[in-house]
Amino acid sequence: MIASSWLLVAFPALGALILLVGGRRTDAWGHLLGCATVIASFGYAVAMFVSSSLAEATDVALYSWIPVDALQVEFGLRIDPLSMTFVLLITGVGALIHVYSIGYMADDAGRRRFFGYLNLFVASMLVLVLGNSFVTLYLGWEGVGLASYLLIGWYTGRPSAATAAKKAFLMNRVGDVGLALAIFLMFSEIGSTSYAAVFAGIGDLSPAVITAIALLLLLGACGKSGQFPLQAWLPDAMEGPTPVSALIHAATMVTAGVYLVARAAPIYNLTETGRLLVTIVGAFTLLLGAIIGCAYDDIKKVLAYSTVSQIGYMMLAVGLGPFGYALGIMHLLTHGFFKAGLFLGAGSVMHGMNDEVDMRKFGGLYKRMPITFATFGLGYLALIGFPFLSGFYSKDAIIEAAFGSEGWQGWVFGGAAMLGAGITGFYMTRLVLMTFFGKERWRELKSADGREFHPHESPPVMTVPMIVLAVGSVGAGFFFALGDRLVEFLAPSVGALSEAEHTALPHALIPWLTVGLSLFGALVAWLIFGRRDVPVERPQNVSPVTRAARNDLYGNALNEALVATPGLWTTRFAVYLDNKGVDGAVNGLAAALGGSSGRLRRLQTGFVRSYALSMLGGSFLIVAALLMVRFS
Amino acid sequence: MLNPFLAQQGGAIETPQIDYAAILPILIVLGAACVGVLLEAFLPKHQRWPVQVGLTLLTIVAAGVALGAYVGDAPEQGITTLSGTVAVDAPALFLWGTLLALALGAVLLIADRSVEPGGAFVAQAGISPGTVQDRAQVSSTGMQTEVFPLTLFALGGMMTFTAANDLLTMFIALEVLSLPLYLMCGLARRRRLISQEAAVKYFLLGAFASAFFLYGIAMLYGYAGSVRLADIAAATAGTDRSDTLLFAGFGLLMVGLLFKGSVGPFHTWTPDVYQGAPTPITAFMAACTKVAAFGALLRVLFVAFESTSWEWRGVLWAVAIISMAVGAILGLTQTDVKRMIAYSSIAHAGFLLVGTMAITDEGLSGTLFYLLAYGFTTLAAFGVISLVRDASGEATHLSAWAGLSKRSPLLAAVFTFLLLALAGIPLTSGFVGKFVVFSAALSDGMAPLVVIALVFSAVAAFFYLRVVVLMYFSEPAPEGPTVSVPGAFTTAAITLGVVVTLLLGVLPAFALDWAGAGGFALSS
Repeated sequence: MIASSWLLVAFPALGALILLVGGRRTDAWGHLLGCATVIASFGYAVAMFVSSSLAEATDVALYSWIPVDALQVEFGLRIDPLSMTFVLLITGVGALIHVYSIGYMADDAGRRRFFGYLNLFVASMLVLVLGNSFVTLYLGWEGVGLASYLLIGWYTGRPSAATAAKKAFLMNRVGDVGLALAIFLMFSEIGSTSYAAVFAGIGDLSPAVITAIALLLLLGACGKSGQFPLQAWLPDAMEGPTPVSALIHAATMVTAGVYLVARAAPIYNLTETGRLLVTIVGAFTLLLGAIIGCAYDDIKKVLAYSTVSQIGYMMLAVGLGPFGYALGIMHLLTHGFFKAGLFLGAGSVMHGMNDEVDMRKFGGLYKRMPITFATFGLGYLALIGFPFLSGFYSKDAIIEAAFGSEGWQGWVFGGAAMLGAGITGFYMTRLVLMTFFGKERWRELKSADGREFHPHESPPVMTVPMIVLAVGSVGAGFFFALGDRLVEFLAPSVGALSEAEHTALPHALIPWLTVGLSLFGALVAWLIFGRRDVPVERPQNVSPVTRAARNDLYGNALNEALVATPGLWTTRFAVYLDNKGVDGAVNGLAAALGGSSGRLRRLQTGFVRSYALSMLGGSFLIVAALLMVRFS
Repeated sequence: MLNPFLAQQGGAIETPQIDYAAILPILIVLGAACVGVLLEAFLPKHQRWPVQVGLTLLTIVAAGVALGAYVGDAPEQGITTLSGTVAVDAPALFLWGTLLALALGAVLLIADRSVEPGGAFVAQAGISPGTVQDRAQVSSTGMQTEVFPLTLFALGGMMTFTAANDLLTMFIALEVLSLPLYLMCGLARRRRLISQEAAVKYFLLGAFASAFFLYGIAMLYGYAGSVRLADIAAATAGTDRSDTLLFAGFGLLMVGLLFKGSVGPFHTWTPDVYQGAPTPITAFMAACTKVAAFGALLRVLFVAFESTSWEWRGVLWAVAIISMAVGAILGLTQTDVKRMIAYSSIAHAGFLLVGTMAITDEGLSGTLFYLLAYGFTTLAAFGVISLVRDASGEATHLSAWAGLSKRSPLLAAVFTFLLLALAGIPLTSGFVGKFVVFSAALSDGMAPLVVIALVFSAVAAFFYLRVVVLMYFSEPAPEGPTVSVPGAFTTAAITLGVVVTLLLGVLPAFALDWAGAGGFALSS
């Protein structure tokens, strides 16, 4: 069973091939094939999970991929608890979202191509998590980047979509360079890029090199996972169709950074500095995402910043090292369920509201969309960590572990994580109130294309996946946490989970304090948005904090000032230099040569006498020069 | 001049030992040339062409077979025969093979009558241009078949030239190869005046250069008391002789050799003669004369003047630079394809000289390889040039080549490939040739010269690529030239050149092995 695990990748890869190469001929049944391949992969994964023992990692060598002198890269897969966990998440949630897309994309002329891209994404993502070397991981890493780029820019008619796709691509490149450099460093220092060899040899390197590798990997992780300072592309990526946002930009691809750090656990275990920086990035980003999430009116952008914030939690967790790897993965899984469900819910709302995303134009939708409301509501409760729903188990465990850090770190990271939970309660409650409750503001409004709003529930092909995900949102946390099931399952991959001996706050107090803060945030949101009518127009007279949050806490301005503007000036300078300096020199040289050619030509008169004279002159010079050399 | 030479033999003249097997290729070629002259005298007119073509091709093939048979069990160090006047060693054998193969291609071009009725050659060279008879013979299908024995004589001279181990033999070989060439230049059927002018110019300047060569021999004899290369080398080791004689003689000798190799500043004849001569003859000269001249130059420098290389190297540096500069810069403004290739050959002569100056095994094998590669490329290039024609014969003005790819894509592609080979682009023999020559020079401490050579390669690449651009990206001229369908002979010659150019570019190892098989025979 494990020996044929390449089938996992082969199904969606074949699907992508058929759909993208087959062209219009496959239009009629393309979406069905797209779903079937992913469901087949999911079925195979479940069968593998049930039938095989995953107690230790199995490397499946497929073929010699890059045999170049000292660089020998085998294309192989690593089957272990960590990769299987991801495979089940990717194919499971992926299959649901594929099914959902049949309904969501029903009216889109390019639906078959859409499914081709989605299949490509799934195949790449599986290569990313299954590969048994960093180079194979890099292949998948770039593959998902490509699929993400293609799908963000799906609506080719919208300039904003093109810009967002380009932005995602460019910012990801920054991270990819980090990852590539890390791989180069591994190769030059260890001589191999396979997990087995790298993890076996990493201990012999100097601490500085280990830290350098860890930090470069972190740069890669930040790019893919939308972590500070490379977070700005992720909210813009919401220009893509909503299923894409759910699958790629919430549940799976953006968590690749977390996977990378967890996978590289043997490296991070050796460098305290590297881990600390991961933790700092995570803690900072979780607050940043949560604060910005409070200010947006675009339902998908709020969810996007929520994703940024939640991945911050995961990074924070894996940055804690042996105290947190398994917790980060657990939160990743539960988040995969409830965030995908929330996005699908948002998509369902948009589907019924003429693709409107501005929450100020919603309101009172719970009556019109009962199933969407119910599933969305469960996802919401899971996200804010409502007791005994899945987010409660996974997030609370991270906050506890953060408080377990030594010294000031415990207070700072624990405090940040707990504060983030409170803010999460606020912005998610605000979102739910503005969308599903309050006055039906859409009655007096028209959508951008002039149609009236007629909110309606989505078809079953869309609601069924939402229901399944809602069940996951409710039960997954309990299921994973019961008897530390997931933590023990993952132990062969990331090591056993260590428990902090004492925490900065009393152990028993933390969960209840967290829940209390969340509910307090929700209460504040209700006071502002639930009791009063929400204005349709966006208030302009707001506090500086709100204004800053609305401007993404100046993340884009920061990028602009630090990278874009200097880059632009460098480019201009280079172009100027090229035009005036290089081209000038080249053209001048060419002109000089041409001119001298024209003048020299006149020496070729056609007269034998002048030819003979030039020969004679040459002979004199040669003999004279020879004698001068000899006798000087 | 001969008296002291004879006196040296001690009165009684011994019959020299002759290794007939070793010199059999030369004997076959020269013997067949004599037979050709007799055939010309006794055969009726209409039988001459087929018989001469058959004889010439057969001769070259037979000489090749004799060469191949000898190479199989030739002594590794090489031998000298005919009292040490002829050396048959690895470089000589390689050059003979090269010369025979190139001559085969050239003869195919010469023999082709499909492109122009009656071939590229005039029926009666003695008729003055522009007269009534002259105009009448343009439309006749007769052809001066003496060109075939003349070619064989020239070929025999070239082969002897590369194997000559003393300066007098070398001089005689020089004349044997030159005199037929002077004649052949004047045989063009079209544009008779310019053809005859070329022949006269080549003859006058050639005679001038021969005088320098001969004077150089005299001085070297005065220095060393012998004309044998080995004796001169031995004499340079002594200290009590007049170095004035040595270096003046060396300089004049070089002038003669550099003239034949069309190295600047002794290149002035090249453009005029290349342009005026019938194109098949130009192909023969450009390919074979260059090989012969540099073969002899290599032998003289390696065998006789190796120990004085530090004295003369600086001067030859300057000569190489002048040649590369003249060829590359003057080539930029040429408007005639044949003149352009002529300037390209001057630039290539400079590159060859760079390799020749590296008195090392790499320098020798690199230069030999370069000669082989350049010969075939330039042969095929002139073959292509002979096909592009308008009403007045070959359309050699560059403007006529505009947009050629639209009318004749295959021809344009072939010519592009050959131009890229001349420019030295990878996957062609030109690249490998430049690479081995320059790397040999580099490892012999001539880095600045290599840099200069690379700069001029880049300059020269411009005018090759200009033709490519012209052929592919310009609109064809309204009444542009037509491209003749080549006959079997021309097709075979062009194919031979292109295949060798490609083969040496992709798989150069086997030819490099042959070229590096051994050094010059040093014993006399």
